[in-house]
Amino acid sequence: MTDREPASLNSSESPGRIAVATLAHDRRTWISSILLLIIFSITLAAPLYATYVSKTDPFISSINGTTIINGEEVSVLQQSTEGLGIGVNPIGPTWKFGPYMLGADNQGRDVAARLLYGGGNTLLIGFSAGFLTLIVGTLLGIIAGYSGRFIDSFISRILDVIWAFPVYLLSISLSVVLLTSGFKWGPISLESGSLYLPIVIIGLVYVPYVARPIRGQVIALREREFVKAAVGSGAKNRDIIFREILPNVIPSVLVFIPLMVALSMLTESALSFLSIGVQPPDASWGTIIKDGLGLLYTRPLVALMPGLFIVATAVSLNLMGDAVRDALDPKARLRGAF
Amino acid sequence: MRRSKTLVALLSLSFILSACSSSDSESGSNSDAQAQEGALAAYDASKAGGTLRLVAKGAAGTLDPQINYTLQFWQLYQAAYDGLLSFRKVDGPKSFEVVPDLAEALPELSDGGKTLTFTLRKGIMFSDGREVTVNDVKASFERIFKVSSPTAGGFYNGIIGADKCLATPATCSLDEGIIVDEATNQIVMKLTAADATIKYKLALPHAVVLPADAPSKDAGTTPIPGTGAYAFASYDPNNELKMVRNTHFTEWNREAQPAGYPDEIIYSFGLTAEAQVNAIKNDQADWMLDPIPADRLSELGTENADQINVHTLTAMWYLPMNNNIAPFNNVKARQAVNYALDRNAMVKIFGGEQLATPACTFLPPGFPGHVDFCQYTKGASTDAPAAQWAEPDLEKAKALVKESGTFGQKVGIVVSDDDVNKQMGEYIQSVLNQIGYKATLKPISSNIQFTYIQNTNNKVQISLSQWYQDFPAAMDFLYILLGCESFTPGSDSSINMAGYCNKDINARMIAAMELSVTDEAAADKEWGAIDQAIMDEAPVAVAFTPKQVDFLSKRVKNYNFSKQFYMLVSQLQVK
Repeated sequence: MTDREPASLNSSESPGRIAVATLAHDRRTWISSILLLIIFSITLAAPLYATYVSKTDPFISSINGTTIINGEEVSVLQQSTEGLGIGVNPIGPTWKFGPYMLGADNQGRDVAARLLYGGGNTLLIGFSAGFLTLIVGTLLGIIAGYSGRFIDSFISRILDVIWAFPVYLLSISLSVVLLTSGFKWGPISLESGSLYLPIVIIGLVYVPYVARPIRGQVIALREREFVKAAVGSGAKNRDIIFREILPNVIPSVLVFIPLMVALSMLTESALSFLSIGVQPPDASWGTIIKDGLGLLYTRPLVALMPGLFIVATAVSLNLMGDAVRDALDPKARLRGAF
Repeated sequence: MRRSKTLVALLSLSFILSACSSSDSESGSNSDAQAQEGALAAYDASKAGGTLRLVAKGAAGTLDPQINYTLQFWQLYQAAYDGLLSFRKVDGPKSFEVVPDLAEALPELSDGGKTLTFTLRKGIMFSDGREVTVNDVKASFERIFKVSSPTAGGFYNGIIGADKCLATPATCSLDEGIIVDEATNQIVMKLTAADATIKYKLALPHAVVLPADAPSKDAGTTPIPGTGAYAFASYDPNNELKMVRNTHFTEWNREAQPAGYPDEIIYSFGLTAEAQVNAIKNDQADWMLDPIPADRLSELGTENADQINVHTLTAMWYLPMNNNIAPFNNVKARQAVNYALDRNAMVKIFGGEQLATPACTFLPPGFPGHVDFCQYTKGASTDAPAAQWAEPDLEKAKALVKESGTFGQKVGIVVSDDDVNKQMGEYIQSVLNQIGYKATLKPISSNIQFTYIQNTNNKVQISLSQWYQDFPAAMDFLYILLGCESFTPGSDSSINMAGYCNKDINARMIAAMELSVTDEAAADKEWGAIDQAIMDEAPVAVAFTPKQVDFLSKRVKNYNFSKQFYMLVSQLQVK
């Protein structure tokens, strides 16, 4: 553990400072941060890449399009000229920093440009859904754990119902229904192709995974002396929650952040791979893998590259999650939650 | 019919009279050298034997020949069942011709074509050893209605008494429409009106002759005895279908029911298309049903060129546009889609120029009535059509969208969820977005897409569909797909998906069907003119004419391709 616990720590420092110092000296933090920074940076640069490097619109089919390779104009989708001349193959990677660096997909679109745009969508959904889960889960966990009795029973049963369904089964079912007709509830209206739909669906299906351990922690905190002292001194519930409970729950929530983001991102990729997540012409890493599935024999890179990005991002987030957990909660109390 | 592996019910149409003609369309580009176009080679007993192994992703539903409506099983029925008439079982265009099968000769027509007289051949046995009688023939026609065959109302409602059978199928009696004489083996069929396409309808699998005691309900997975060279031995839709030689079969008309070569035909289900390709390459299977995956085409076309057979089909891929709801209730919006659609792009998605041909007309090339014209290519218009489609005209399409006042409207595209259809859908979405719409893609299961897009309650604006001919007559495309009688709002069986109903053009179609009884050439000319008149209003956008690719194992010889029922399974030699 010498690489994770700085020698300069002393018991008089606050837990927060100790955690930050521990994180700063953890190799996992640095490796994952650098990887995530690189991934975020290049996905944010997608519009610049499409405009100045690939010089194509990655959302418009370019089946009869052409590009220049080694001074020659070539079709993006090339008709086979050998044998019977059947079959059409997208051009492969040029490996040059320019158009079609990673080749084309079966719509003649630049794979590299779509990879970057797709990464943006995957990360946007992963982070948004992850934070939605954390906010709703934390809120419900605290309310249920602190209120007890009827409110606790009511919230817990709802969480049990959601928990009873396997995550993927529930998300697939909700996606299929909502993708067909969109979502309308009062003034809230989401169209069937909206990116908000996968965010909401993924965000909600994971709520019990956060709410239940938080609830358990709050129930334990409720019995602690400092909370009882606050109750005894006549403090309002709101003050107790925000001043006594929440600060003690936040370390657990922080541990959840990278894990929930990684889970949400993987779920989004799975749903998009099944064509019930991000809808065309938008891209995500999952949709690009799906596009590449039909090209595995001829252009395996189309499916391989988004797969590598998903692995790199998920591993980075999990490494960071482990590091945060060790820094904030050395006893890993919540490890069993997953 | 739609070429589907799932059971698809066709519409109930009030058929009047229709046109017919034989086709002269081209044959495949790489057909087997042993096959001689237009005739089957003499039977070579030394090549008989072995087991033919066919593979498919899934089975095609019921085995009942009077109910199943899929090419997958119709292809097999050719070797197992016979009707009074049959399509000629030969390679090439002559396979569109009808020849006598269980009947001794083509029917004698009388009463202005309303009465058909057949004489049943003697000595023909079912696979269970019983001899075929005229009573079996009558019972089989009644069974079409009793089992509510999907074409009962569309193809056979012209028989006198059929209307009552359609109303009360369980008690169907065709005593007035089918009169049989056991002594002379004569069958007299009486129609309410002359029908130029009746010979084709009688040559389809739904009109095969079965034993009179065949169940009056869907036989499901239980084989019904037939008269063909083979008999179904067993059928498990989750595993395999087995055909064996009919021990009671003796060849009576080689053009109608030729003796087969393999001793057994085993159709295995459950392999993905990729696995099917690998099985054939490894000599573990002899033929695959499903389309070859796009990323294997080049490889097979190069490494296994001698095992690939390509044939143009009388079929089309097209985009029905809902003529009754926005934005495609506006003719300019529909014309805009026609101008914008890059047929070459769709051909590329389908597998390239060797596997499909861009199309603009409703009647496929080589089909009766087909005339070359295209209003929707660059430089052409409805007033001055070009001869062929050349390239899209996006600028004109954009201008038409603006003129139509539909710019910026939302459009939903419904496609099947298989890879090729989804890729086509993505391309169409891209085109619609480019010309000013906000398009969304709605891929739905292939099992329900065909019926979903027919039902007006689903408010489908535009979809992607396919049509493969039932028989070689122009009415099978134009009247069935765009006739007023084919449009039934709120029904899953409203095959006129565009909801197009132009009463003047409909009257012309009915007149053309009547004309075909007396003057086929004049009728075909009129069908060509009707095709152009319809496409002026652009109720649909025709995309391309597909080709059939058959991938065979190295050991298979004697490949013959019927334009009506595709590869003649029983003629393949594996020994």
